[in-house]
Amino acid sequence: MSTVKYTKDHEWVRVEGDTVVVGITDYAQTQLGDVVYVELPEIGRRVQKGKEAAVVESVKAASEVFAPISGEVIAVNAELSGEPGRINSDPMGQGWFMKLRIANPREMDDLMDEAAYNGFVEGLH
Amino acid sequence: MRYLPLTDADRAEMLAAIGADSVEALFRDVPRSARLDRPLDLPRAMGEIEVERALARMAAKNMAAGAAASFLGAGVYRHHVPAAVDHLIQRGEFLTSYTPYQPEVSQGTLQALFEFQTQVALITGMEVANASMYDGATSCAEAVMMANRVTRRHKAILAGDLHPHYRETTTTHARFAGFEIVARDPDPAARDDLAPLVDGDTACVVVQNPGFFGHVRDFSVLAEACHRAGALLVVIVTEAVSLGLVKPPGEMGADIVAAEGQSVGNPLTFGGPHVGLFATREKFVRQMPGRIAGQTVDVEGRRGWVLTLSTREQHIRREKATSNICTNSGLCALAFTIHMALLGDAGFTRLAELNHAHAVMLAERLAAVPGVALLNDTFFNEFALRLKRPAAPVVEALAGRGVLAGVPASRFWPDRKDMEDLLIVAATETNTEEDMAAFAQGLREVLR
Amino acid sequence: MSEWSQAIGAFGRQAAAAETISGNRGLMIEEPLLFERDQAGRSGVDLPAPPPVADRLGGLRRAGPTGLPGLSEPQVVRHFTRLSQKNYAIDSGLYPLGSCTMKHNPRLNEKLARLPGFADLHPLQPISTVQGALELIDTLAHWLKVLTGMPAVALSPAAGAHGELCGMMCIRAALDARGEKRTRVLVPESAHGTNPATAAACGFTVDAIPANDRGRVDLAALKVKLGPDVAAIMLTNPNTCGLFEDEISAIAEAVHEAGAYFYCDGANFNAIVGRVRPADLGIDCMHINLHKTFSTPHGGGGPGAGPVVLAQSLAAFAPLPWLVHDQTGFRLVEQAQGVAAQALGRLKGNHGQMGMFVRALAYMMSHGSDGLRQVSGDAVLNANYLLAELGDDLTASFPGPCMHEVLFDDRFLEGTGVTTLDFAKALIDEGYHPMTMYFPLVVHGALLMEPTETEPKEGLDRFIAVVKALAQRAKAGEAAAFRAAPRFTPRRRLDETGAARKPVLRWRPSAAGREAAE
Repeated sequence: MSTVKYTKDHEWVRVEGDTVVVGITDYAQTQLGDVVYVELPEIGRRVQKGKEAAVVESVKAASEVFAPISGEVIAVNAELSGEPGRINSDPMGQGWFMKLRIANPREMDDLMDEAAYNGFVEGLH
Repeated sequence: MRYLPLTDADRAEMLAAIGADSVEALFRDVPRSARLDRPLDLPRAMGEIEVERALARMAAKNMAAGAAASFLGAGVYRHHVPAAVDHLIQRGEFLTSYTPYQPEVSQGTLQALFEFQTQVALITGMEVANASMYDGATSCAEAVMMANRVTRRHKAILAGDLHPHYRETTTTHARFAGFEIVARDPDPAARDDLAPLVDGDTACVVVQNPGFFGHVRDFSVLAEACHRAGALLVVIVTEAVSLGLVKPPGEMGADIVAAEGQSVGNPLTFGGPHVGLFATREKFVRQMPGRIAGQTVDVEGRRGWVLTLSTREQHIRREKATSNICTNSGLCALAFTIHMALLGDAGFTRLAELNHAHAVMLAERLAAVPGVALLNDTFFNEFALRLKRPAAPVVEALAGRGVLAGVPASRFWPDRKDMEDLLIVAATETNTEEDMAAFAQGLREVLR
Repeated sequence: MSEWSQAIGAFGRQAAAAETISGNRGLMIEEPLLFERDQAGRSGVDLPAPPPVADRLGGLRRAGPTGLPGLSEPQVVRHFTRLSQKNYAIDSGLYPLGSCTMKHNPRLNEKLARLPGFADLHPLQPISTVQGALELIDTLAHWLKVLTGMPAVALSPAAGAHGELCGMMCIRAALDARGEKRTRVLVPESAHGTNPATAAACGFTVDAIPANDRGRVDLAALKVKLGPDVAAIMLTNPNTCGLFEDEISAIAEAVHEAGAYFYCDGANFNAIVGRVRPADLGIDCMHINLHKTFSTPHGGGGPGAGPVVLAQSLAAFAPLPWLVHDQTGFRLVEQAQGVAAQALGRLKGNHGQMGMFVRALAYMMSHGSDGLRQVSGDAVLNANYLLAELGDDLTASFPGPCMHEVLFDDRFLEGTGVTTLDFAKALIDEGYHPMTMYFPLVVHGALLMEPTETEPKEGLDRFIAVVKALAQRAKAGEAAAFRAAPRFTPRRRLDETGAARKPVLRWRPSAAGREAAE
């Protein structure tokens, strides 16, 4: 069973051994509207927790996606260039952004679990 | 006042509805000390007759290029604009409409922009173009900034026969944006070889074709050198009509083309408003500045157009925008589109051939004048002459004889002795035999 | 659900409302692209055959055709006439876009701009042959300086955003000359996107200042953010909520005390022209949109002109070229030497947007100082009339009085299922161009209306009646009708998502067409 954790910037992180998969949440994609384009980092790039790792664009807005955790980019979701709509239709699954080899597993401890994140989102209204 | 429809009765009714005593009361948030209590020291309102008289008086103090034998170029060219162009751009639906942000009621503007973008891509031999920029010089600056973004490098090499205004504009934009400009010395003989200068720090090399001194060259080898080093080739075109006859930059390996479109559809207007053209490769489109019209469908499945890829622009990206540019040169781009539509391939080619033929004839006549040497082996409709004396006083003397004899290079380089006897001369389809004879004869006499 | 999916999903793929054989609907004519009307060899221009010469192209003659389509003049005239009929324009009706100042474009201006003595002048003619043109530019400069109370003006910027760049570059140059490294620029949250984009282009970082609950800059918050690293504040006044920044003098004082400059975005100058001089408010530089306040036509998106008035502290850094008037007459200083030694380099080719200068000066002279004062008075009156008449049916974001534009938000649509976007599209069907939507970002679902002074009262009354009725329809639960709007336009709602996902930015010959050509 994989652990999924969340950030206040509406990114999710799913642990798979010593790598993690990163994406944006359903709440984020509804706020954005139809995604038209994603700027993904190059493979091999080192991203830092809290710093910009990707940019996701809808027709009327562009939003930064911050790295929820530090690490090295080992894969990106190439399907998103032809089908950015996957982020809207399946944000937790086929709409994943990137996989990281993480530097410091303890950074995961600062992130919210599902219950905490859901509570956080509810509090936003 | 003829433009202000409210009557005193209207104002009284409206103030009553608002619940204010006077119009002045609506300005209560303005600090009292800043409120002007009487009109400023400027003339009072005038009817059309007086305004026309005042401005016509100023206009009469100028020598219109059409009233002389005119051979001025250097980035702005006098061409004949067909009568239909000016009529069409003055239709109120084109003249007085806004940026097409509500596409359902702007399909006229959007379709015309899509046609413009296609025309620009076709004549430059590039894959994609935007909906225009302010002018050629700012297009050049934007091209360099785009090359920086694409390559993530910060050095641009500017050729020595790049138009000085384009070099200066690019340098001004670079000054605070933190990138480096390497500007080569002016190159009237087109001898400078830029390929050895391209290295791993170079974002782009900027060349002009035809060059500022008129030379026509093939930049394919330079393009290859750039690409080997991971840099981009930017080609500038200041005379859009040249693309009717000369091999286009897209076929030479250009990555970005920044050009001036004034020659097509737009009069001289003392230097503005003109229209910048900008074209590039499809793979770079998300780094391209400016507005872009894109094709789509509506809910009924019918083809239509919208402004697209807006997330590059300032109103969305704010400080991360590709550029701060907001407007394009809409009506001037429309004039370009209409003139180009009237010309078509056959007309555009013939127009270019006429320009070239007139320039060839003129060059031969002028080179035959004692004390005049032609610098160019190649040219399109503009070339450089070396005179036996400084060119600026010669031009001034010829102006007195009704000949606008080209632009002295010293206008751009007033402190360089090696430029003071250079004259840049252009000929277009508007020049007649008589014009050319007057120029040659006048030059002969002034140089005697 | 996305907007596009909603638009089609609720109704399925819509059938065209009225079926005709041609697809045309009366005066609304379906017009293909120029490239689809092509026939080889045709041209709409008759040019003489070029005299035979030995060419001097160095073997670089174009090898193949350009691919430009050939049409005759009648076809081209019809093509663009039909296209024009699909555009809404100021000439059609009220165009209440906030901060765009869509006022009437006087036709006298068009006539005078086309005088050969202005239109047929080459920028690089000998200066002795263009003294009248330089006199016109100087006269315009004089009007701008008197209207703003500022001692200097840079005339070359080609648009408002270009003027902003000019102003911020002058500030940067002035700071460099003072030997001061200040990197932060303060910009209100409500600012137009060009402001932070411009600051970034000049190498500054942007720090946002919050608004208070009165819709103005929070002075206390501003003072906290001021410091020795702040280069400037960029303020729009009146601001983008249509409100006059009543604490502006205190703001200017605080900014200057901190050693910073005060840049003013002059997009909303129409509210105060002839009544208030920005210099008296303490600004250091301000760009003016000639295509807003001074009526030069918007042309479907340009060209514009954005001259920048400058305080004495910034005048030395104005970009080249400078216009100088002395005993020899008018001349241009085109090199950074002598009196212009510290000048910023040029920002574009040649001297400036002469065509827009002629039009703006004709406008200014037509109105005169008394007429311009009436312009701002009527502009503010018209906007306050909208506020008074619509305040009950819509939700005004701030209490009045407003300046030349009035801001509403979407609270009045709460629970109706109708968005600001839907409301705007329904307004299109009623024969109006919508107001500005979703800007400024400081309120939710913004609707920003600027009627301008050239809107007659009867026009406003008709607009008010329609907007009230639409608001009532929304509250009566007719959301479906709003989402189907517009229904009567040449095109209905367009798929902007698809346009951005798979951009098609030019026409290409079809494969079949290419084969036929070969």
